[in-house]
Amino acid sequence: MAVCIAVIAKENYPLYIRSVPTQGELKFHYTVHTSLDVVEEKISGVGKALADQRELYLGLLYPTEDYKVYGYVTNSKVKFVIVVDSSNTSLRDNEIRSMFRKLHNSFTDVMCNPFYNPGDPIQSKTDLMKWQPLNGL
Amino acid sequence: MEDGRMRVKCNFSGDQKFLENGRCVSKLESMGFRVGQGLIERFTKDTPRFKDELDVMKFICKDFWTSVFKKQIDNLRTNHQGIYVLQDNKFRLLTHLSAGKQYLEHAPKFLAFTCGLVRGALSNLGVKSIVTAEVSVMPACKFQVMIQKM
Repeated sequence: MAVCIAVIAKENYPLYIRSVPTQGELKFHYTVHTSLDVVEEKISGVGKALADQRELYLGLLYPTEDYKVYGYVTNSKVKFVIVVDSSNTSLRDNEIRSMFRKLHNSFTDVMCNPFYNPGDPIQSKTDLMKWQPLNGL
Repeated sequence: MEDGRMRVKCNFSGDQKFLENGRCVSKLESMGFRVGQGLIERFTKDTPRFKDELDVMKFICKDFWTSVFKKQIDNLRTNHQGIYVLQDNKFRLLTHLSAGKQYLEHAPKFLAFTCGLVRGALSNLGVKSIVTAEVSVMPACKFQVMIQKM
């Protein structure tokens, strides 16, 4: 299951970060921050095939010894980053993709909320309380 | 907004009426901007990433316009230097107004929201722009998009 979820605006500041509270939150913030470089590299796609460039799901960004980091970028250049536990080998690509789908759907709902100002930190309780890293998405 | 509309109808002096009208139009435009941002998030949820600016404009002319107005833009012209002109020969918000030159001076009020819509959509796709509209014969109208290089 995901241990950390982050939504990052197109100007590269976080709109929403949530992680499993038992472990150091700072460590996850740092992991997400460093993963942004990899995301940028994938988006700019220098020398990559056209097919790769057109997908929204970016796949595994990089593995560390404890965690694996996955990325996804929307057409409005908002990035989603999910950090999962490396020990959980049963998580397949399809499941990660569906997690990102659900995240994108919730994010779209937040965007369409007339009381939400784009660019503000996301504080909506109903949309995001659904994302429980402990129980999975 | 109701308040703004009523003020325009009141018998104010020429200048004040003009001022109120201007304020209404810019308010409508900013409303359209916010709606455009939300709409584009929903519409581009499943589409692949855009290659370049022209791709974005084509998306606006085809998919976006179809989803909002049930028809496509009839003509897209560009000078390849950041200016695009979108021409709609039968703009849905003007068809019921008139079929010629009547009520031409009232047309901007009906186009302001759509200008904001396009500007908001483009801004959320990463394109900063200024959108204006002009009408010479209803119900045809032209939207001019000027891309701002940041």
